[in-house]
Amino acid sequence: MTRSDLIAKLAERYPQLLVKDAELAVKVILDTMAGTLVRGGRIEIRGFGSFSLNYRPPRTGRNPKSGEKVQVPAKHVPHFKAGKELRERVDYPPL
Amino acid sequence: MTLTKAELADLLFEKVGLNKREAKDMVEAFFEEIRAQLERGESVKLSGFGNFQLRDKPQRPGRNPKTGEEIPITARRVVTFHPSQKLKSMVEKSYHGKPHA
Repeated sequence: MTRSDLIAKLAERYPQLLVKDAELAVKVILDTMAGTLVRGGRIEIRGFGSFSLNYRPPRTGRNPKSGEKVQVPAKHVPHFKAGKELRERVDYPPL
Repeated sequence: MTLTKAELADLLFEKVGLNKREAKDMVEAFFEEIRAQLERGESVKLSGFGNFQLRDKPQRPGRNPKTGEEIPITARRVVTFHPSQKLKSMVEKSYHGKPHA
């Protein structure tokens, strides 16, 4: 499922809404989520999961082409942890 | 600073012009469509944000950390999230401090 499939599904669910409203809603949700992480914040969606940043310390890397050493500075990367409901729904049914 | 469904619904009310009820439902539906897709075993690709994928993990040996007893960790299917290049580079560029927790 892509972003446009998701927009189509939401528009279908709400026949009173215009497709452009569903499109804008998806844009607002995703931009707000991205913006929160960019500012170093967390996202907590009950039943879905949480997004936060993980710290990666600086390290010495190598240019795979030239073999040259390069310093990779410390950085933060987005991290997702699935919530209980999502975890249970995607897993195989219990035996 | 923690973003929740309530703040997202407020933004849909302000920026999209949905009424409060519709805004709350829309946020719920947004996450439910993604969950339902993953539940069907299909991945979700949200351009500019990231991809949610499924990973099948085989059974592996585990241990009860309290008792030391060996118990197998059963085979399972889990969700993984891969942020888009765009999101990763925006976070790298703009955020250098400690996460606000």
